[in-house]
Amino acid sequence: MIPARFDYHRPGDIAAALAILGEHGDEARVIAGGHSLIPMMKLRMADLGHLVDLQDIAELRGIVVEGGTVRLGAMVTQAELIASAELARAAPLVREAALQIADPQVRYCGTVGGNVANGDPGNDMPGLMQCLGATFHLAGPGGERSVAARDYYEAAYMTAREDDEILTAISFAVPAGGYAYEKQKRKIGDYATAACAALVTMEGGRCTAASIAMTNLSDVPVWSEAAGAALVGTNCDAEAVSAAVEAAKADIDPTEDNRGPVDFKRHVAGVMIRRAIERAVSRA
Amino acid sequence: MGKQHYQITVNGEPQDVLAEPRELLIHTLREQLRITGPHIGCETSHCGACTVDIDGRSVKSCTVFTAQVAGKEITTVEGLGSPDAMHPLQEAFREHHGLQCGYCTPGMITRAYRLLQENPSPTEEEVRFGMAGNLCRCTGYQNIVKAILAAAAEMNASKEAAE
Repeated sequence: MIPARFDYHRPGDIAAALAILGEHGDEARVIAGGHSLIPMMKLRMADLGHLVDLQDIAELRGIVVEGGTVRLGAMVTQAELIASAELARAAPLVREAALQIADPQVRYCGTVGGNVANGDPGNDMPGLMQCLGATFHLAGPGGERSVAARDYYEAAYMTAREDDEILTAISFAVPAGGYAYEKQKRKIGDYATAACAALVTMEGGRCTAASIAMTNLSDVPVWSEAAGAALVGTNCDAEAVSAAVEAAKADIDPTEDNRGPVDFKRHVAGVMIRRAIERAVSRA
Repeated sequence: MGKQHYQITVNGEPQDVLAEPRELLIHTLREQLRITGPHIGCETSHCGACTVDIDGRSVKSCTVFTAQVAGKEITTVEGLGSPDAMHPLQEAFREHHGLQCGYCTPGMITRAYRLLQENPSPTEEEVRFGMAGNLCRCTGYQNIVKAILAAAAEMNASKEAAE
């Protein structure tokens, strides 16, 4: 499988990359780890004239935990997320989710920026970033702007990013409380049949904050405000967790595909949501 | 954009290759450099038969353009050992019957090499998790896991003996 011809660019900084995007418009696409884009190019489902490789742009790298905020450069790979002791201390939820993405080879290449930017509903990081209430940082010809992760996704592969913008970084507050990312997949390397990220804070036996988000259960990642609200103020007993699961399930809209019919996906979603909440509570 | 010159180092030897930007590394290795250890299995980033080591990372060479690896060091199974001087992993795969048809083996060994560089004494579970990007349709994996654990023990023993 050989992709169609393209011109290859490897700019050294964000300004140079933006200039290439500006010159070639929607003919140009940036490539990070390439493990979503190259397979699509090989299938000739992605058609582009100019490939802009971001690997030499140092500004897009690095994990910084400072002043209660985590900042992930867009080109940080899943393997780097997993290997970072600092990130594991500040936000172990990210490491737990990254370990469930694809396989070792893909995790060496796949980046957190690529995973959140392209709008594939199957990707795990978009749901995770809903849960964390992250902010995405974009650079474009007009300068920089920020978009809340919860406002970024419009439909499958449709996002708030304009064609001439590059997603440069992701930031979020160091999360408190217990955490879990639970994913059901048919086999290693597969996208989720259903997955759920949960953050739960308990104080004196009462839940004071909860954030629940889901992967691959709609054409966009789903953050269920109602599921979190169903937990807050309770002691997260079986009844409260069941109410949260039902609330989360009311917010999803799975479609039938080769991972199963809608009823099956709703069932698996319920199991994943319950497991994620229960494990987050057990760690809170 | 027509063919470009790309400098890569393969198994310690600098190579200047002329390739279109759309050429995948697996094709440069196999068809231009005649390094045929890395195999084309699925061509869809799933099976791991094309796994090579690029600057200390295991990469499926069917899912990277040669243009992307210009300036980098690539190691294939040929770079790990030879029939006369096999790498402990190669020896262990032979000894423990870690292959049947052999098609997945170069990818298995190249991936296992990096796994043991990062984790010289893995548990069985860590081997299985670390090898999850390589598919084998013959062995059922049992003897592959056995071979990698044996190679790890052998490599640790010879490292200790050398110290």
